Order: sequence, then C-alpha cells, then structure tokens
Amino acid sequence: MILNRTVLKIAKYEFRNVARSRWLIPYTAGLALATELLIRFSGTSSAALLGASNLILLVIPLVSLTVGTMYFYSSRPFIELMLAQPVPRRDLAIGLLIGSAAPLAGGFVIGAGTPLAFHGAFAGETARAALALIGSGALLATAFASLAFFISVRIEDRLRGLATAIGAWLALALLYDGAVLFVAAVFSDYPLEKPLLTAMLLNPVDLARVWMMLQLDVAALLGYTGAVLRKFFGSGIGTVIAVSALLAWTAVPVILGVRRFQRRDF
Amino acid sequence: MIEIKGVRKAFGDREVLRGVELSVQPGRVTAIVGPNGAGKTTLIKCLLGLARPDSGVVTVGGEPLTADPTYRSRIGYMPQSPRFPENLTGNDLIAMLRDLRGPDAETDDSLVRAWSLAGELAKPLRILSGGNRQKVNAVTAFLFRPEVLILDEPTAGLDPAASALLKDAIIAQREAGRTFVVTSHVMSQLEEIADDVAFMLDGTIRFMGSLRCMKEQTRERNLERAVAAMMRREEAA
Repeated sequence: MILNRTVLKIAKYEFRNVARSRWLIPYTAGLALATELLIRFSGTSSAALLGASNLILLVIPLVSLTVGTMYFYSSRPFIELMLAQPVPRRDLAIGLLIGSAAPLAGGFVIGAGTPLAFHGAFAGETARAALALIGSGALLATAFASLAFFISVRIEDRLRGLATAIGAWLALALLYDGAVLFVAAVFSDYPLEKPLLTAMLLNPVDLARVWMMLQLDVAALLGYTGAVLRKFFGSGIGTVIAVSALLAWTAVPVILGVRRFQRRDF
Repeated sequence: MIEIKGVRKAFGDREVLRGVELSVQPGRVTAIVGPNGAGKTTLIKCLLGLARPDSGVVTVGGEPLTADPTYRSRIGYMPQSPRFPENLTGNDLIAMLRDLRGPDAETDDSLVRAWSLAGELAKPLRILSGGNRQKVNAVTAFLFRPEVLILDEPTAGLDPAASALLKDAIIAQREAGRTFVVTSHVMSQLEEIADDVAFMLDGTIRFMGSLRCMKEQTRERNLERAVAAMMRREEAA
C-alpha cells in the first residue's frame, strides 16, 4: 500500500509547510492574472486556450523543476530529523513528495482554473479543451516535481542539482522538438512514424501538448509528432495514450528516486 | 546498551570510520571527544541509521540495526545545527512528531516549562533565534522519554542559564536510568556530565573508559588537558 497513514501524516505537515511559504500565493495569483489577461484579450475560444497552453508548457515545467529541486535540497535537515524518528524511509520519501507536488499542482489548478471557470470555459464546446488544459498542466506539475525529487536524491551538491534541473527543462521544453524536427528533415526519405511516436512518448512536454491539441480541431498546429499520433490512434485512444504516458512520467522518477532514497546516506 | 563492532564507513575514497569498537553502558553518559574530522558525527549517523556502515555491526539494546525503523522509537536525537520546516511552528512540529509516534507515546514537556518556551512554540520556526531553535531541538529529543539520547553539540548556541538547565535535565534523566551519547567541543561542559569518555582520532576509538580513568592515565587534572595529552601522545607515536 503506497498511501499508508504515515505517508499521509508526513504529506499533511509538508503541505502545511509549503502552503504557508511565501512563493505559493504569488505564484497562484500570477497564474490567475496571466490567464485572466489572456482571456480578456482573446476570449475563451479554442485559439485562446491554445495560447494559454503554450504558456503553460513552458512555465509549469520550469517552476516545478526549480522550486521542487530547491525545495528538496533545503528540506535535507528536516529529512535527517525525520529519519531519526521511527518512520520507514519509503514513507518519508513519498510523504515529502506528495506534500510538495500537491501545492505545485494545486496552485496551478486554482490559479489557471478560476478565471477559466469564471468565464465559462468549462461549459459548451470549449469544455474538453479547458479540461485538457487544466489536466495537462496539473500532470506536468507533478511529473516535473517528481523529476526534481529524483535529481535531488541522485545529486549531492545543491548547485549541480539546480543546474541539472534547468538543463533538463531546456532540453525537454525547448530543444527537444527542434532536435526531433531536425532528425525528421534529415531522414525525410525514410518511414519515421514509429521512431517519432517513440520520441514523443519520451517527452512529457510533448505529451501535454498533444493531449491538448487532440481536443481541438487544429490539425495544422499539432506538430509533427501530434499529427503522427492522431494518424495512428485517432483522437480518443491518442488521448488515453498521452495521459497514461504523462502518468508514467510521474511514476518512473518517483520509483527510481524512492529506491535511491532508501539506500543513500544522509 | 549500544555495541559498535568493527564499523567501517567510507565516502568515496575518504575512509571516515576505520573499524570503530565502542560499547556504551546503560544508565551512563558517554562523551565522544576528538578533533574535527575524527568521525564523531558519522559515527552518530551510523547509530541512527542515517548512514549505513560498509561493514561491522551496530546493536542497540541487543538488537542489530536493520532497515526496520522501530528501534528508533527508543532513541531521542538532537542534531548539530538544526533546521526545521521553516513555516511550521514549534507546536506544529511537536504535534507532528506525536502524530507519527502514535497516541500511546508518553511525552515529557519539563524542558518546555523549565525554559518557559510555550510562547516561542507558537511562532513559526524560521523567526526563532538560534538559541531558541536549539531549545526546540532539545525538547524534541527529550519529548518521548527515550531510553537512549544522542546529543550532538547539545549546548551550542545556548546562553549559560539555558545551558545549565539542559545539563541538569541530562543528569536527572541519567539518574532515572537513561543512556546518553554526547559530543561537544566544550570539554568543561562534558566534564560536568560525562561518566565515560571515548576518544576518537582518524576514524578509530583510541581510548574508551571512565573519565576518572582517563585523567589518571594521562596524569592530568581535567578532561580538556587529558584529551590534549592524548592527542600529543598520538602525534608523537
């Protein structure tokens, strides 16, 4: 059982600690303001949601990775205090992770979701796209928080850990698509559907983008990998695959990170 | 109470513990002394399971340490330079520890009363002074009346009055049969409370015995001079 009582107790106090910290409320308010402005300027049309989604695909991974990484490094003395208690290491690791990923994801859902709800985006024809927007943002937040956890457990030095986190963000959010396009252009004479599909499943930012796009009828904006996914699976199964792969992006760093956490020295 | 046999620990190429042999008697205060980098904190971390020895055995109350953390309910730990979740209050922290130990855990808040700490416990931990944080640190170590207390530099940052109260608490708990392992750089502080002394150098225990025995062996009149004499002797060897 992953969520036993000890895990939930640790997560509760961790959540309380993070919720009272000085960055969470400005972060939530900033997201609310940005979403509100986007809606004011372009309404709640599909195109506006797409604009919001592009912003989210850049900002959420960056914030989750950097805040998460700094956060795990600074909780090191607290981890030592907790490890001196009769608490299994696994429960401590999972509790800490839930307690810090939940405010990151929650801050986004409340910040971006409130203006959307206020302007009625969750009803009518934009409902699916708005839900995908909030869902993909929340899953991105947890996936990158768990990546931050993994980095902080693997790398002892705080500065190197933070540099790795920013490097991971640059690679996944900015450079990855360029590299995929480059490969596609160079090998354009070969059948590339399967390699490209694999490439997409390996990047959580691509997965979130495709999930969002599949809810909208904007084939031209799907990007190469998205177009391939739709061609292969249609939008229903494509969505299921994108969401499952995003969940795996949360689960795999957690599993590897917790395993390492159980063995390492503090 | 605590037996350490042949414990070795290396971090990368650096061998910090090179076969430590130590026996901590129940109901006594054992001071671990030695220069910086001798391996005192690493040894304490091995006792708590924070670091895993590469080889050797640690037993607490006859039970060898395993991944099962229940033995730590018998241990109270006061780390060097504590940093707590900064947005929680002292009361939150105590409530959390109590929550984790379960409803049956018996608690001791005599230090809270002795230091009149109740007001400070209501404030977020980040705004407490260094001395008051150290008091919270001590309160959490003594809270559950543990059989064994491991105190790493317990009086660091405390004013003389607070420090005296803590030493009184250590002596009172020792009289009640509890076992202490204490490190400090202030030898005069240790001299007031220690029954036994373990002198550590370069990752091994070079002397283990009663405080009186150490002073007799070195023909020095206090702990500080006795330790200094031992260090000189080791350098000469």
